[in-house]
Amino acid sequence: MTTRRAALGLLAGGVAHVAQTSPLWAEARHSYDLRPVPILSGVWMIEGATEYFSRDNGGAIVNCAILQGKSGLILIDSGSSRRYGEALNLALRKLDLRGVSTVINTHHHPDHYFGNQVFADKPILALADTIAAARTEQDGFSDNMYRLLGDWMRGTEPVPPSVEIGTGDIVVDGRRLTALPLGGHTASDLALIDAETGLLITGDLVFLDRAPTTPHADLERWQDALTTLAAVQAPAVLPGHGPLDRAGIAIRQTSAYLTWLNDRLVAAAGMGLDMIEIMESPLPDQFASMGAQPQEFHRSISHLYPEIERMILPRAN
Amino acid sequence: MFTRSSALAVAISLVAGSVSGAPQVQLEDPFSSGMWDYHQEALLGDPAKIRFDDRVRVIAPDTAEDAFNVPLLVDATALSDVEEIVISVDYGPIPKILSFFPGDAEPKLALRFKIDQATAIRASVRTRTDGWHVGGTLIDAAGGGCTAPALAYASDDWEEKLGEMHGRLWRSSGRARVIVDHPMDTGLADGIPVFIIRDLTFSTDDGHEVARIALSEPVNEDPAFTLYFDPETMPSLLHVRGRDNNGNEIEGILTDEEVN
Repeated sequence: MTTRRAALGLLAGGVAHVAQTSPLWAEARHSYDLRPVPILSGVWMIEGATEYFSRDNGGAIVNCAILQGKSGLILIDSGSSRRYGEALNLALRKLDLRGVSTVINTHHHPDHYFGNQVFADKPILALADTIAAARTEQDGFSDNMYRLLGDWMRGTEPVPPSVEIGTGDIVVDGRRLTALPLGGHTASDLALIDAETGLLITGDLVFLDRAPTTPHADLERWQDALTTLAAVQAPAVLPGHGPLDRAGIAIRQTSAYLTWLNDRLVAAAGMGLDMIEIMESPLPDQFASMGAQPQEFHRSISHLYPEIERMILPRAN
Repeated sequence: MFTRSSALAVAISLVAGSVSGAPQVQLEDPFSSGMWDYHQEALLGDPAKIRFDDRVRVIAPDTAEDAFNVPLLVDATALSDVEEIVISVDYGPIPKILSFFPGDAEPKLALRFKIDQATAIRASVRTRTDGWHVGGTLIDAAGGGCTAPALAYASDDWEEKLGEMHGRLWRSSGRARVIVDHPMDTGLADGIPVFIIRDLTFSTDDGHEVARIALSEPVNEDPAFTLYFDPETMPSLLHVRGRDNNGNEIEGILTDEEVN
């Protein structure tokens, strides 16, 4: 009997046998390879790729900090997806069998909190304005992350932080921290100083060798925050993206980039350039070599230029 | 034989009116985007002389970062005797963005528009003697830019700013840039009717029309344009006049001074 299936087999020829046992179009299950690296006493980091979101990196572009607490681990920022959170959970149980006791989100961008879902039964702390912004923008972020990352996002549902964190000197799961409520990268950015090691955890107020992102930026406020962070004179700075900084360069680099970005756009507005013309102009070497360039420069033009241009161009009526 | 597909063809031609589904010049679309034939007839009137032409440069980011403000630069300066440039998207609830009549200006225009989904975007350039030349590019987008209310309504003083104009000339580089405050409502957001600037005309002090833009709904909120001129012959002053579909007059003057 000639069935349709047999006919298909004839058509497919040599690959027919394989095709019947495992469909050729099935992709391997995406998985994250997360490796916590010890950086100071009772402190680990997971270092993200200094890239933009892609289906190659699965959105694993963010740095997570892990601090040893009294009843488990304190996780600072939880990654981009449910699957990322699951991978974190597995990796961290190798450091402490009790796993994560508390989560802190530095701000409301999805690469920093979409792993929360896995830790929904634990206290998830953030500044009040971060909690509010995460609630307002979760659906839009979610749509965009599914579009950018596809199957990596499977099963992910945003779980905004739920507990307002104290500011100043606080104790979280037995660990003494100083919580600095700042802003500029977003309306609400949290930086943390670990009392035991002096480590400064900056969230996305600081980037190193990866272009800063500006979708919710207020550049002036951001520079003020950087001044505050520089005054801490921390022995080590853990930026939101990029390697651990023990040389004291990350805060200065971020500030220099933001200064250049603003100056570039103000000058362009003064010359009457349109956004496309700015995008086509080359970046200076020191900033061209940052991760995620020139994409982030191009995104920043879209975020910032319309308002800068309005300020610079004279009234015509 | 009367088949299902011919029944469908009848139904489509009834909906589309004069558009037959087969333009008289059949082009090979470099983007294979599926809607070009239709727009060739509906937007351009099924011209007898038309071709895709790489000399029409359409430059946009690969991905729309802000669906409400996608920047676009159309440059047809490699062609001569350009009379009209029609800028349109293949996919979107309202395909036509604008028509630009360059007149004394260069056939080149920078603009921003609202995008509703990933799409091919085209600039169709009509020359005086040589028919239509079409260039394009692809833009990926999360979308939604055409169907959301204008951001202006988040502030309560938008009416006072309506028609407010910023801009100036740069004679050394042959540029004129203008930004006009206007919600540019597409009529696609619930309960908000179409409210758009219909046209902007650029003219000299003695009333001579230099260039004109006829806007459609997808132009961004607070439309922003750069026109380009030969620095040698650029006027020292340009009047910008326009009108929206509610009859509001728009008027301003662009000069080569940093502060007016």
